[in-house]
Amino acid sequence: MLTYTIRRFLLALLTIWAISVLAFAIIQLPPGDYVTAYIAQLASSGVDVTPEFAENLRQQYGLDSPIWVQYLKWMEQISRGNFGRSLEWRAPVLDMIGDRLWLTMAVSVSAVLFTWGLALPIGIYSAVRQYSIADYIFTFIGFIGLAVPSFLLALILLYLGFRYFDANIGGLFSPEYQLADWSLGKVWDLIKHLPLPAIILGMAGTAQLIRIMRANLLDELRKPYVITARAKGMSEFRLILKYPVRAALNPFVSTLGYLFPFIISGSIIVALVLSLPTIGPLLLRSLVAQDIFLAGTIVLFLGIMTVFGTFISDILLMWVDPRIRFERRE
Amino acid sequence: MTQAKPPVKRSAFDSQFDPAPSTTAAEERVSVATQWQLMWWRFRKHRLAMISGIVIAAFYLVAIGADFLAYADPHKTEAFRSLIAPQPIHFFDEGRFSPHVFGLVGKRDPRTFKRVYEPDPEQKIPLRLFAEGYEYKFLGLFKTNRHLIGVDGGLAEEAIFLLGTDQLGRDLWSRMMIACRLSLTIGLAGVTLSLVLGVLLGGISGLYGGAIDTLIQRVIEILRSIPTIPLWMGLAAAMPRDWGVVQVYFAITVILSLIGWTDLARVVRGRFLALREEDFVLAAELAGVSQMRIILRHMVPSFLSHIIAATTLALPNMIISETALSFLGLGLRPPAVSWGVLLQDAQNIQTVAISPWLLSAALPVIVVILAFNFLGDGLRDAADPYG
Amino acid sequence: MAGGMLCRPYNRPVKGEMYAMNCAPILSVNNLKTYFFTDEGAVRAVDGASFAVHPGKTLGIVGESGCGKSVTALSILRIVDDPGRIVEGEIMFRRADGGEPVDLAKLDAKGGEIRAIRGGEIALVFQEPMTSFSPHYTIGNQIVETIQLHQDVGKAEARTRTIELLRMVGIPRPERRIDEYPFELSGGLRQRVMIAMALSCNPRILIADEPTTALDVTTQAQILDLLREIQERTQMSVIIITHDMGVIAEMADDVIVMYLGRVVESGPVDEIFHRPQHPYTQALLRSIPSIFAEPRTKLPTIAGSIPHPHNRPAGCPFHPRCADFMPGKCDRHEPQLRPVSASQMASCFLYHEPAEAPQQS
Repeated sequence: MLTYTIRRFLLALLTIWAISVLAFAIIQLPPGDYVTAYIAQLASSGVDVTPEFAENLRQQYGLDSPIWVQYLKWMEQISRGNFGRSLEWRAPVLDMIGDRLWLTMAVSVSAVLFTWGLALPIGIYSAVRQYSIADYIFTFIGFIGLAVPSFLLALILLYLGFRYFDANIGGLFSPEYQLADWSLGKVWDLIKHLPLPAIILGMAGTAQLIRIMRANLLDELRKPYVITARAKGMSEFRLILKYPVRAALNPFVSTLGYLFPFIISGSIIVALVLSLPTIGPLLLRSLVAQDIFLAGTIVLFLGIMTVFGTFISDILLMWVDPRIRFERRE
Repeated sequence: MTQAKPPVKRSAFDSQFDPAPSTTAAEERVSVATQWQLMWWRFRKHRLAMISGIVIAAFYLVAIGADFLAYADPHKTEAFRSLIAPQPIHFFDEGRFSPHVFGLVGKRDPRTFKRVYEPDPEQKIPLRLFAEGYEYKFLGLFKTNRHLIGVDGGLAEEAIFLLGTDQLGRDLWSRMMIACRLSLTIGLAGVTLSLVLGVLLGGISGLYGGAIDTLIQRVIEILRSIPTIPLWMGLAAAMPRDWGVVQVYFAITVILSLIGWTDLARVVRGRFLALREEDFVLAAELAGVSQMRIILRHMVPSFLSHIIAATTLALPNMIISETALSFLGLGLRPPAVSWGVLLQDAQNIQTVAISPWLLSAALPVIVVILAFNFLGDGLRDAADPYG
Repeated sequence: MAGGMLCRPYNRPVKGEMYAMNCAPILSVNNLKTYFFTDEGAVRAVDGASFAVHPGKTLGIVGESGCGKSVTALSILRIVDDPGRIVEGEIMFRRADGGEPVDLAKLDAKGGEIRAIRGGEIALVFQEPMTSFSPHYTIGNQIVETIQLHQDVGKAEARTRTIELLRMVGIPRPERRIDEYPFELSGGLRQRVMIAMALSCNPRILIADEPTTALDVTTQAQILDLLREIQERTQMSVIIITHDMGVIAEMADDVIVMYLGRVVESGPVDEIFHRPQHPYTQALLRSIPSIFAEPRTKLPTIAGSIPHPHNRPAGCPFHPRCADFMPGKCDRHEPQLRPVSASQMASCFLYHEPAEAPQQS
């Protein structure tokens, strides 16, 4: 069990490293170096840039050194908490990200919870009542969920809300809380606004998990131990929850690890459509404006967040799956 | 209870009676059928998958004949025709079959000062088949200016608005036809590249095992736990602005396949691992068959069907991804036309609320993805002919 | 046979009615029909089976795979899976409270009464000790659960009783084994645990469906001994389902022979072995290897194989493989189970004439 945790943890570290390299690549890829871009920007805004200042910047980021030294320098800056400055907004990157990162987290986690909470019971129901009308309905909804990309779903829902309810269903806060400081009222307002983005984001994942759960459970329901349990005189409800559902949970949980990256990905575009104050719109702007430090940092943070979520899913998997728990016995 | 039992052997002792042979003509047919025949038979039973296959074939036909099906030049902008609502074709005129559209009269809304168009029932513009329109090269081979529908004598651009127009006055129907090309082929190209990568790396992984296998598996795990869209966005944004349509197209393909190959690699690896243990592979090895020949002649044919199914299921993801990237403005860029590019106009909810027809490109996306999913499911079920 | 001190109807010349009066069956199945309704048509897994189980006695059900033995057992417990359904017949069971017999076939398959009987009064031991336990829970958990389902006892007491049961079925160090998972036990031990679980609520009938098929020969013998020993101690009735005539000879008091969902012959074990009447029973017995057989002779087998359930032969289902096939009779009419001696019944036109008109299909 411990070895499993350690292995997962090491893999998570490795993944974070890989993401940092990719984020660095994103910073490096645009033509020209960023100090030139930064200085050009400062100059255009009327700031007098001395050659020493430029030279200092170059030194700080090691622009004359080989690429891997530059990477290490960047990492060094990050480990000191210096994520660089946003070129477009002229503010430290961290200040820009701040709340948005937490809101992204809130939206994604609620989407994951929505997905689990819905996919599990529906999957069980669909398997136990195979070929019932409800099963067909869920299967149909599942296919729609699979086929409609989340951003299209958001667009369509937004349009319908606008058209028929005359309400703007986007955003995460009511207007009066938009700029307000955090308070209990604001948190409650946020909670009230979370379900819609959560449903939109969770739709595709839910559809997929329902299919997985249904297929696994159908397999398990045919196993002899189900007949044994039935022959004991257990009630069907208790029996199904205790035995086959428990067994079907393993492959179910192991797919959860990939759910989190999927949802974070989706949240970027959906946030744009629903104009959520999350990190997605900021990332897009920074990419379009080639605001490289901001973009690189966001990609890095999103990656770390995802890896963290995946790691938690893995630990959960271990908790559910006795085969992993029993590794120690071997 | 009902599983088949091996036939009981006969002996001299009970030779006086003749067991009725239980193999029927149908069973006979099954036992001599090739793998592909069996697959086809099973696939045919999957009605939804069959229909989906036809739908997809139809979509690709549209992509081929897009210019013919379009009636207006998809790139021609005209400020006077901005945001015209879809106008229906009227098939009957006073009981007579005579397809026509109404002429439009542009006015200014006295309150919003926006230009609005209203059909004028007095002004009937007759339609005709195979009318002349803008010039294009059919299949890239010969020049023609015939289109499926058009207006006699006049310009189709000024008369027919099946799905309305966009902000720049371009005809949405015609643009959607043309968009089929990029949207449908970019998926194919992306999947092909993923397939090459997936089969190569998955094959190496499954075939050699050991350290290489572990390495490739870790890479796959890492790639799968990275949120793809930020990564794609980052890479796509790094594309130089001055790249042409073709360059962007290929860059996007590469970016999409960067992640897409992992799923296929897993399938291939799993198959290789399973097949390595099979007796017929061992038999071939013992017979001294070279490894290359074992792979190509014995192993690949037995999992080709699985690969095809997995590929089909990977295609919709590619199409979604391309649409998403283009929608964000990071994928294909105008003047390229794809469904995602068309949907870019629908990013703003205010625009959509006033001109909902801008959302119409969502429909082919949904239909194609659904069809590919059903087709893939059907193929996957059919890939196990004895299962 | 052991355990037969209450009723020994077959060892002395007693008439059928007398026997029935003295010793009413605890379970009697009449004309049971369980069909599976598949897309290709109805599969008649059990097609008019009748038999009785007497207190303290062992009934052996024997037949080839696919003859409906297991479905019969599942039908009694009302746990036949979809698309299977009991379409006809009755399953009369005398409950422990001594009241009127209840017809299990009429009970709601999910209702409380049948669930109280399942596991509580009629218990099942399965063929597959490997997969019959859930790998996700300890064996103790799964037995304690059964006890608590049927008896109003606390967890601690149920656990003590479980250890007791495990000791009774011969599990070494039961205090420790109780917390092990099924995959940590050997096949033989697992089958013992299975038996312990079945016995946990002192059932009045134990149905053992191929209890020894998956085990090696020495373990087989031990398990059979254990079953017999327990039966002697508890005086419960046993239905043992097997394809192995050896197991029947060792265990059963009465035997029914099934073929394609029908009972083709029934009677006391001695009669069946020494005076088999139905050609199928005769063929089955011939196919047992014997140490007295002439060396280097081929073991006789039954020609042909069981027909596919969808194209079962018309008339007597056995006629295509039967050595005594009578054209015009066996392939046109369906034989009925009729007495052929005081205690034995057979379903064969060698012993009675077809009564009804030729049936179609």
